[in-house]
Order: sequence, then structure tokens, then C-alpha cells
Amino acid sequence: MFAYIVRRAIYAIPILIGINIITFYLFFVVNSPDDMARLHLGMKHVTGEAIQKWKASHGYDKPLLLNGDAGGLGRVTDTIFFEKSVRLFAFDFGFSDDGRDISYDISQRMLPSLAIAIPALLLGLLVNITFALLMAFFRGTYIDTWGVILCVVLMSVSGMFYIIGGQFLLAKLFRLVPISGFAGGIAAIKFVVLPVLIGVVSGIGSGSRLYRTFFLEETGKDYVRTARAKGLAESLVLFRHILRNALIPIVTGVVVILPLLFLGSLLTESFFAIPGLGSYTIDAIRNQDFAIVRVMVFLGSVLYIIGLILVDVAYTVVDPRVRLA
Amino acid sequence: MIKPVILWTDALVFLLVLVVIGFILYARRKPHLATPWKRVFAGRIAAGSSVVLLAFVLTGLLDSLHFRLPLAGNGSEGEVHYAVEVLSVLDMLVGPLRTRVEKTYSAPFATHLYAKETVEREDGSQVRMYPPLQFGGRHLGAGGRHKAEDILRRCLRALAVTLLGMSTVLWLMAVLLARRRGSTVRAMAGCILTGRTGLPWRTVLATLSMLLLLVLLAVDLAGVYHVLGTNKVGQDVLYQSLKSVRTGLLIGTLTTLVMLPFAIFMGIVAGYARGWIDDVVQYVYTTLNSIPHVLLIAAAILMLQVYMANHPELFETTVEREDIRLLFLCIILGITSWTGLCRLLRGESLKLREAEYIQAAACFGVSHIRIITRHILPNVMHVVLITVVLDFSGLVLAEAVLSYVGVGVDPTMNSWGNMINGARLEMAREPVVWWSLLSAFLFMFALVLAANLFSDAVRDAFDPRTLER
Repeated sequence: MFAYIVRRAIYAIPILIGINIITFYLFFVVNSPDDMARLHLGMKHVTGEAIQKWKASHGYDKPLLLNGDAGGLGRVTDTIFFEKSVRLFAFDFGFSDDGRDISYDISQRMLPSLAIAIPALLLGLLVNITFALLMAFFRGTYIDTWGVILCVVLMSVSGMFYIIGGQFLLAKLFRLVPISGFAGGIAAIKFVVLPVLIGVVSGIGSGSRLYRTFFLEETGKDYVRTARAKGLAESLVLFRHILRNALIPIVTGVVVILPLLFLGSLLTESFFAIPGLGSYTIDAIRNQDFAIVRVMVFLGSVLYIIGLILVDVAYTVVDPRVRLA
Repeated sequence: MIKPVILWTDALVFLLVLVVIGFILYARRKPHLATPWKRVFAGRIAAGSSVVLLAFVLTGLLDSLHFRLPLAGNGSEGEVHYAVEVLSVLDMLVGPLRTRVEKTYSAPFATHLYAKETVEREDGSQVRMYPPLQFGGRHLGAGGRHKAEDILRRCLRALAVTLLGMSTVLWLMAVLLARRRGSTVRAMAGCILTGRTGLPWRTVLATLSMLLLLVLLAVDLAGVYHVLGTNKVGQDVLYQSLKSVRTGLLIGTLTTLVMLPFAIFMGIVAGYARGWIDDVVQYVYTTLNSIPHVLLIAAAILMLQVYMANHPELFETTVEREDIRLLFLCIILGITSWTGLCRLLRGESLKLREAEYIQAAACFGVSHIRIITRHILPNVMHVVLITVVLDFSGLVLAEAVLSYVGVGVDPTMNSWGNMINGARLEMAREPVVWWSLLSAFLFMFALVLAANLFSDAVRDAFDPRTLER
């Protein structure tokens, strides 16, 4: 098991190198640092001097890949590629384009993101499984048919409308919770309720429908027929046999997104003005802060790869038939 | 004379239309392709939603025929100058909607502006009042009395015309079907109305009449009112929503068109060749998949923005700039979304290459290229079709989110995402400016719901797993 995880982690290295090359290419080769400087300084009063100054202050004034001026190892290390891209591997994120320490910002913004993402995930799971069980129990009846149609209708509504509608109804019309904002400690609860609720509701459509197919896949299997043949009540079959087996794909599907929860949700956080990593990313994109976007791309990829490894581990835990070699 | 303009996306749209028409003609003669499609359209829900989808596609196609009008007042020197504005056939059809621009916000069916303004009276005194609209409700005269009566009368008129029109369509349908089946027109009409036909013509008829009613209402009412209100710069919201149809459809279809050849080629080759080719393909798609998609799109679009800002001379009109950005967005979305299909195809061709008929073909000395094109490709097409149809609605929804983040289509382009983005901040105003949001919601919901229902039917009809059950 341990050997397997180590091997998977080693496999991840070429993938991370590939990601680094893609981002490096996108950010420094497609457009030169000169273009970036021009964009940040504004189009009109750009002098060569100002560009050089901007580049020097942000560390973009070095050669891209090979530094002919420096001697020895400096030929490779004293370049933009080494300074900006290779350092990411050591989780040394450097400074954003407006001079803030990215690592510090990320550590500050992780908790608010999690405060929304974790309750939304758990509650969502509970609600979706309940609905899916209900539809699977009444399969083939009107409850099932209309349940599926309702799911498709819910799926067809853009996530933004859930947020806007929720904010308008609960916060503006009924004044139950604040429209947006965030606070530390216990006071956070009243700010968290609405985003979590909306997160759950917007996921019901696709979630319950997917889980329903998992349940229905299991109901056709032989062990279910055996269980029924013994004379077990349908509800017992559902809870004791089908649910436990259908949980395998559900759990593994959840595990893969667990690490990505750190990144938060772009939409929810920006609509509710929550100081998490999602709104951090959106702000960076809007302010065209390339340093932060680069870091978030790297971080997101690392978390995704961790998620993939976790899934394999989770398979062995929830499904004893699977053995990792 | 007008000067036709073919934008990049227009060309691709026409290519797509040709491909679809070609496929339909081809599939009609192949029973193994025609049967599942018949099964799709035999469902009532799928038949109804396909009518709605067709209406959207028609709007989008009309909006894809672009041209520039000649400027008035030249021609004496023999050289004709053209207006910078690029128009489409749809613009011509809805003519007044485009040109009747108010000053700023006004509610649906309003006769006065949303905001108060200081107006100077004839005697020189100034008053704060809601100024009357320039176009909306103008025919009612000053004060806008009898508005409710006027609207009701127009609604009833539209309803009457719809009933008349639908009876004609029913009669035509019955005549055509009766001729094919060899029964009387009267009996056929009865069959359609009671739903006893092979294909669900009654549902088609019902959906069609709903659409016709909406169109007639829009034609009659939008001529004299702003049916869905006006936006911040006074543009008619109905016009905006109609123009956004093309953007939504393009994102949903061109993205697929762009990524399809790539995904099919890589997926099949990886599964068929195995070995190091497989490793390379797997490496490429795992790498691309690992990058969070929104961030990859954001990074690419940011870079495009920098490039466009530094090379303004490449784009003659705003429409051309919007168009290139839309195309680029499709390509980027395609790059992020081909991986799923590629993985499916790889698995499928891994399985197929061990199949007996392929082994037999290999024994006869059939070349690899021929095996792939003649034996593997036709047998994975159902996977391709299902993925394409299922992806469509997700892409339409993604456009709105990306435009909100600021990395979607050009901010000046008509799109539902931009409409939501523009109207979002106005929710805080008192009274609320809700009509832009509601229109974007309704149009998007109709398209995505129809697409979802239709794609479900396609999946059920083509997926061998559901057939066995």
C-alpha cells in the first residue's frame, strides 16, 4: 500500500513538469514580459524605461531559459523559468504582481473557503442520497418519473440563478441572513448559512439523478434477488444491501474532489464576498495578476493529483475486492 | 448592393450545417443508424424538445448570415462605401427592436422611464418626473391610458391567429400523413388529436402552437412596447436575448466541432496502438485534466487579451474582434473538454481491438488505417454522439459563468452571461431591475432544458447498456 502511494507520487512528477511547461509557455512565451508590463502600466504613457523598471521590480527582467551573462550554475538558475516556475515545486510562491506574499494570502484564505465547502459537501451528500433512495424505492412509479423530470429541470438552471435568487429571496426580501460578507469565529455562522444552502440546492438535480442510476444499477444484481428471495422487506434490501454497495461509487466520487475543496467555489465566494481562495482567484483574473493565476494553476493541479491518489486508496478501503499492487 | 461578411464562426457554422445535413442523408439509408433515431423521436418529451431546439437553431442560423449595408449618399464616384456596422438577417427581421433605443432602463411594458429626470416644461419651469418613453407605448398617446385593454386585445388577437394557424398545420399534417398511410384525412386528424400515431405528432403540434403563440405575441406587442424592458443604455432586452441565442449555440456546438477530430484520433490511436503511443496520449490528457479548467481558460484568455491589446490593427470592426475571441474561447473550451471523450474512446477501442472481427480483418492483411476507419470508427460513433449531445447544455451554462468571471466572450458581445453580469449589480437598486436577469434566465432555461431532455433520449436510444435492460 505504502509502496503504491510512493510510486503514484513519483508518477505525478512528470505530470507536474508538464503543467509547469504549459503555464510557462502561456505566461512568458506567448506574450513576452514586455507585453505584460505594457498592460499593467496602461497603453498610453509607456516608455522603454518604465517597462524596464516594472520588469525589474517584479523579477521579470531576466532571460527566459538560459542566462548567457551568468557563469556556472547561474546560467540555468538565474532565469525566469527557474525563478518563477521551478520554485513552485518547493511551494515557494513568491510575490503577486502588486507585491503581496502569495503564500501568506493563501494560508489566510483557506479557512473561509473550507467553512463553506465542507458543510455544503456533507449536507449535499445527505440530501442527494436521500432523494436518490426515495426515487429508487419508488422506481417505475409516478414519483420516480416526476422526480427525474424535476432533477432535469433543476439541472437546467444556471448556478448563478440559484445564488441570485437565494440572495434576493432570503436575504433581501425576508431579511433572514445578511446578503454577503464574512466574519471570523462563531459570528461566521450567519454568513455561512445561505451559501451552504444554495450550494446544496444547486447540486440536488445532478447529484440525485447520478446517485439514482448507481442505486438502480445495483438493484438488477444477483445478490439483490437473493436477498428478496429470502423474504427480506424491500426497505431492508434497499438500506442493508443496495445502499452499502452503491456507496462505493459515491464515496470514490467524493474523495476525488476532497482536496479541491481548498480552492473553494469561484461563483459562490465572489457573489457572497467571502474572503476565500475562490474569490482570490477571481480577483486575480479580473486584475490580470499573472503571478497569482500561475500559482493557483499549479496548486489546483497538485490537489487534483492528490485526489486521484486518494481515490485509489479509498477503493481499497470501501471495496475489499480491490487490492493495490 | 449589400456586402456579405463571412466571419470565422459563420464559416464553421455553415460547415457544421453541411455535416449535419450530410449525416442525415447518409443515416436515412442505413437501418442501423435510422432505427435508434426513430426511437429517439418516438418519445413525446424528445419530440417536443427537438421542436424547441429547432426554433433556437433557426434563430441562430438567421443571425449567422452577416452583411454590411452600403452607406447612403455615395455612388457618384462609382465606388461604394459600406457601413462599419455588421448586420445579420435576424437584425433585418426584427428591425424596429434594434433601432428603437430608449435613454436608459425601463420596465417591461412601461410607458415611462425607470429613473426620474428633470424635465423643462414649455413655460420654462422645471419638474422632476418620469419622462415618457420615446417608443414604448407611444401609440397610446399621452398618459398611457387603456394600456391593459390594449395589451389584452393584442393577446387575444395573437391567440386567435394561433388557433387559426394551428388548425391549418393540423390539416396539412393530416393530409400528408393520410396520403402516406392511405387513410382518410378526417380519420388521420382524429388519430393525431388523440395521440394514436407512430411519431408523437400531437406533442409536436402542441409545442409548435406554443412557439407560434409566443412569436405572434412578440411580433404584435414588441412593435409598440418593450416587452422585456430595456437595459442600461436603453436597448431592448428582447433583442439582446435573441442575439444571445447565437452565442450560446455557438459555444455549445463549435467547441465540440473543434475538439472532435482531435479527441477521436488520439483516443482511437491510443487504444489501438497501445505501447508508448498509449503512454504519451495518456500523459497528455492527464496533464491537461489536472489543471483546473476555469484557471486554464482564464490563463489562455488573459493571454489573448494581452495579445489583442498589443495588436489592435488586426481587427477591422468590433464584430470581428468579438468573433475571434468567441472562436478562441471555443478552442480553449475544446482543449479542456476533449480529454473525457478521448479517455472513453481509448477504453472502447482497447476493447474492440480484441474483438473477433477485428482479429479476422488483421489476419486478412487489412492495413491499420483501414481497420481503424472501417471497423473501429463506426463502432465507437455512438460514444461520440452521446458525449457530444450530453456536453452541449453544460457548455451553454459554462459560457455564462465564464463571462461572469471575465474570461468569457467579449464584454461588448450579446450573450446571456454578459446580460446576467450587467444586471447583477442592479439587484441592489430600489425598485429592483429584474427584467434583464429574468429574460436571460428564461431563454437559457428553455434552451438548456430542451437540450437536456433531448440528450437523455439520445443516450437512452444509442447506449447499448440501456438497451439490454
